[in-house]
Amino acid sequence: MLHELGHFALILAALIAVVQATVPLIGAQKRWAGWMAVADPAAAAQFLLTGFAFVALTHAFVTSDFSVRLVYANSHTLKPMLYKVSGVWGNHEGSMLLWVLILTLFGACLSWFGGNLPPGLKARALAVQSAIAVAFFAFILFTSNPFDRLDINGVPFDGRGLNPLLQDPGLALHPPFLYLGYVGLSMAFSFAVAALIEGRVDAAWGRWVRPWTLAAWVFLTIGIALGSWWAYYELGWGGFWFWDPVENASFMPWLLAAALLHSAIVVEKRESLKSWTILLAILAFGFSLIGTFIVRSGVITSVHAFANDPERGIFILAILAIFMGGALTLFAARAGALEAKGVFAVVSRESALVLNNLLLAVACLVVFVGTIWPLLSEMFFDRVLSVGPPFFNLAFTPFMVALGAILPIGAMLPWKRAKLGKVVPRLVPALVLALALAGLAWALQTDKSLLGPIGLLLGAWVVVGALVDVFSRTGRGGLGQRFARLTRLPRADWGKATAHAGLGVTMFAIAGLMAWEVEDIRVAQIDVPFPVGAYEITLKQVRDVEGPNFLSTMADVEVTRNGRQVALLQPEKRIYPVAAMPTTEAAIDYRLFRDVYVVIGDAQANGGHTVRTYIKPLANWIWLGCAMMALGGILSLSDRRYRVAAGARKTVGVPAE
Amino acid sequence: MRYLLIVLMLVASPLWAVQPDEVLDDPVLETRARLISKNLRCLVCRNESIDESNAGIAKDLRLLVRERLVAGDSNTDVVEFIVDRYGEYVLLKPQSGGSNLILWGAGPAMLIMGLGLSGLYLRRRSRRVETKMDALTDEEKARLQQILKD
Repeated sequence: MLHELGHFALILAALIAVVQATVPLIGAQKRWAGWMAVADPAAAAQFLLTGFAFVALTHAFVTSDFSVRLVYANSHTLKPMLYKVSGVWGNHEGSMLLWVLILTLFGACLSWFGGNLPPGLKARALAVQSAIAVAFFAFILFTSNPFDRLDINGVPFDGRGLNPLLQDPGLALHPPFLYLGYVGLSMAFSFAVAALIEGRVDAAWGRWVRPWTLAAWVFLTIGIALGSWWAYYELGWGGFWFWDPVENASFMPWLLAAALLHSAIVVEKRESLKSWTILLAILAFGFSLIGTFIVRSGVITSVHAFANDPERGIFILAILAIFMGGALTLFAARAGALEAKGVFAVVSRESALVLNNLLLAVACLVVFVGTIWPLLSEMFFDRVLSVGPPFFNLAFTPFMVALGAILPIGAMLPWKRAKLGKVVPRLVPALVLALALAGLAWALQTDKSLLGPIGLLLGAWVVVGALVDVFSRTGRGGLGQRFARLTRLPRADWGKATAHAGLGVTMFAIAGLMAWEVEDIRVAQIDVPFPVGAYEITLKQVRDVEGPNFLSTMADVEVTRNGRQVALLQPEKRIYPVAAMPTTEAAIDYRLFRDVYVVIGDAQANGGHTVRTYIKPLANWIWLGCAMMALGGILSLSDRRYRVAAGARKTVGVPAE
Repeated sequence: MRYLLIVLMLVASPLWAVQPDEVLDDPVLETRARLISKNLRCLVCRNESIDESNAGIAKDLRLLVRERLVAGDSNTDVVEFIVDRYGEYVLLKPQSGGSNLILWGAGPAMLIMGLGLSGLYLRRRSRRVETKMDALTDEEKARLQQILKD
């Protein structure tokens, strides 16, 4: 019963979305306040109804209602409760429902917190947001309905389970964060299209769009980092990024969102780069849609196997064509009307941000071309080929290196007109320190590869540069005075420094991990120690263990250094009988400067076991850097200028005495 | 039930990526073998190199790579040998010739174009700065200096 009500609520939400996509738009054109006001209750109702539908579906998963096709195909009674719930979005149909739930949530948030927006802009943005919702409601209801029942007599005894690789807390949270990011970019898109319809973009527009973009980018950062961390500890050999099409699908919007949140600052502070920012806002969401298309259509082979279906692919392609085509046509017609106001010199913060945008956009293009090239090449040149990590490492990295190299300078240049001679000397300490660290690393390492030292140079330059930047904000005076002022700096300054430093940390960590990793593969005999790097590894014993829904071969592995025990690790090899699928559970001793990563393999005929051991230096720093980037975004979001704008609305609401 | 599970475990037990018995005794050759196999695609997998893959054909290819290396082939010889048999599909780093120029050139080309366009844009913007600066008369400039000194 609840299930059918959920289905009904979803249809109702779709109908409301149709109303919200049209009535406020007409109202805004004709300046009819009543028609514009329709958007607010409609946005709230859409969200509540979709939320109800989502609860109904979750209920079916939690109670293991196997008469529902989706639950039957993706759940199992033996599954722990957490994964019954995460199973709701661990499949195509359910994840699309989560997608629209978040889409309507953002619409509702715009309605609830957008009180200080001009009514016309707000009504138009809500209408555009709702138009996107209409498309995706239709997609769900017509091609991927999660509420379908099995059309057989009787209810199956048990479900078919969920891919055991996905039964992991990190991965339970990975999709919701990614969707919050993907869909969050729809807000920037809606604002951009609304502004194009109005033909007006000003500083206030920049200030409204930036927090949404920033929030979406923070969510994307967390979502991507969670996915990469999961790959690191779950897939059994400690890779953290594979340049897989589906990873690229999430990385491209991330790059463009990063560009957008920087160019929105220029719009907000200097009223320049308006049309470019609008274009970025459109493209960033466009890449979200392209990502959805890549994941769901199956046109590009990927390790992320979703239920692929050409019909769904065509539907999403149509959505992509309509929204991108419409928005870009509108852009072509109206962008000329967006006149830039601020003037600036060639050496200025504005120029530095143009360069930042250029590098991020080109990096995104490289990823995009690399991702779709196998498809294009086969279609137009009849060459069947692959584009893999070696290509991306070579073609993508130079742009990130360039970005890191100019970041500390660009971040410190003043607005409007700047003198390099004034900024660069202040960064000399950062450069000297970075060079010294890189030199030290080069002298200490055994092989003479340059990857590690250059990564350290770049990372240290960006991190120390961020510190110099935040310290330079304290003005003049004694050191004590300046440190005291540090605490009173706007949070946006701290956010900027934290996020930039986070990028530096991640760059350094990736280079360090790739350069200094130690790997050992061997057949280990019980109680016979072997050296790996500075450590001695001993396989103590191997035993069979039974889990709630799996069987496990578990090993006890002792890690010692100079005769002292460092860790006792228990790597596992699991088999999930329901899915008939084996997984490896690597055991990792996490430390600040290195991880010891042990994987147990098959038993050998002569009595030993295959053991793989990796020493992974700086592994944790990759995600530490991502966490810092996300934290920087959150700090910046909590800056006073956004809170004041929110507060101003309240004072307006106070009745006059 | 127990029995069934054991059978399942045997059936589904994966072949590992590089096995200890595949590893060459000569560490230099082994390093070269690893480097080569990281750039070769496993033919039956979705986007995995033969170095990571658990599939049987990946194992065969790894052994083939090592066989050729032991026979004295150079790295490029080995790669050519395999491309001759399996096509350029096995290369994870596509060749740069022919239509692949588009793939390799897209980034640099767009960077140069972007630099050119933004250079033009910046010059146009900064010209306006100059005209504005010029708009100040000498008297105003003197006054500005005065204000800045105060």
